[in-house]
Amino acid sequence: MLASTQLDATFAALADPTRRAILARLAGGEANVMQLAEPFAMSQPAISKHLRVLERAGLISRRREAQRRPCRLEARRLAQVNRWLEDYRRLWEEQYTRLDALLDEMQGITPKPKRRR
Amino acid sequence: MSISQTFQVTLPSDTEILVTRDFSAPLKAVFAAHTQPELMKRWLTGPPGWKMTRCDVDMRPGGSGHYEWQGPDGIGFGLRQTVREFVPPSRVVMEERFDMGDGAPMPVQYVTTEFTESGGRTHMKMTLRYDDRAARDGALASGMDQGMAMGYDNLDRLLSSTGA
Repeated sequence: MLASTQLDATFAALADPTRRAILARLAGGEANVMQLAEPFAMSQPAISKHLRVLERAGLISRRREAQRRPCRLEARRLAQVNRWLEDYRRLWEEQYTRLDALLDEMQGITPKPKRRR
Repeated sequence: MSISQTFQVTLPSDTEILVTRDFSAPLKAVFAAHTQPELMKRWLTGPPGWKMTRCDVDMRPGGSGHYEWQGPDGIGFGLRQTVREFVPPSRVVMEERFDMGDGAPMPVQYVTTEFTESGGRTHMKMTLRYDDRAARDGALASGMDQGMAMGYDNLDRLLSSTGA
């Protein structure tokens, strides 16, 4: 289980669309600041600032390699956050599946065969 | 399949959870199912194996609601709410707080649910807002706890059906 301050940092990092786009790019492999800045209308220092936020949140890591400092996605942290959202989603999905059946019943529609179990 | 594609849970800001879902039913029916206790009881039953044991709500601005759920092992939790806005059949705003039964204070959540109809289908948009990010993350985490409880329920069922 993650400490809640780390989770705060992770969710804050993920709240920004540019940072999510950077993570999507890194899912395809390592890249340095210059490569990451290319698709965005942003200066390298602006991108570097985003990278620092992602690094503090544990979502990426950076190797020390002379001037290059390639960034790499830390998939494990992202997976933990995803699991949270997925479980929360599942809880609601179960209930909405039941609501669908109730709404059919209210409209006099014959119940469909159960999808689950 | 097309139904589940309309279901989304997203984090639009640091302090919000947004849940959207489409239903193949008219607006009035969907609104009734969300606001009339005898209908709410039928689907807001929590994880599999759980029961909604209390569903009392006075659905008008300033009215209050009290709900309770009970799990298979005698564990349970409750929810107390105040109706802030009630605009049938399109909008409900609630201020509410879970009671997990252990005396730990849970953060307040402000839940705005909006319904719109188009082509015989109803679109629901539920925004859960919290006072700060820590409270929002806590709410997500309790979803995870219940997701895990669900997993254990399924395991229990599997074990009992195999006679283990």
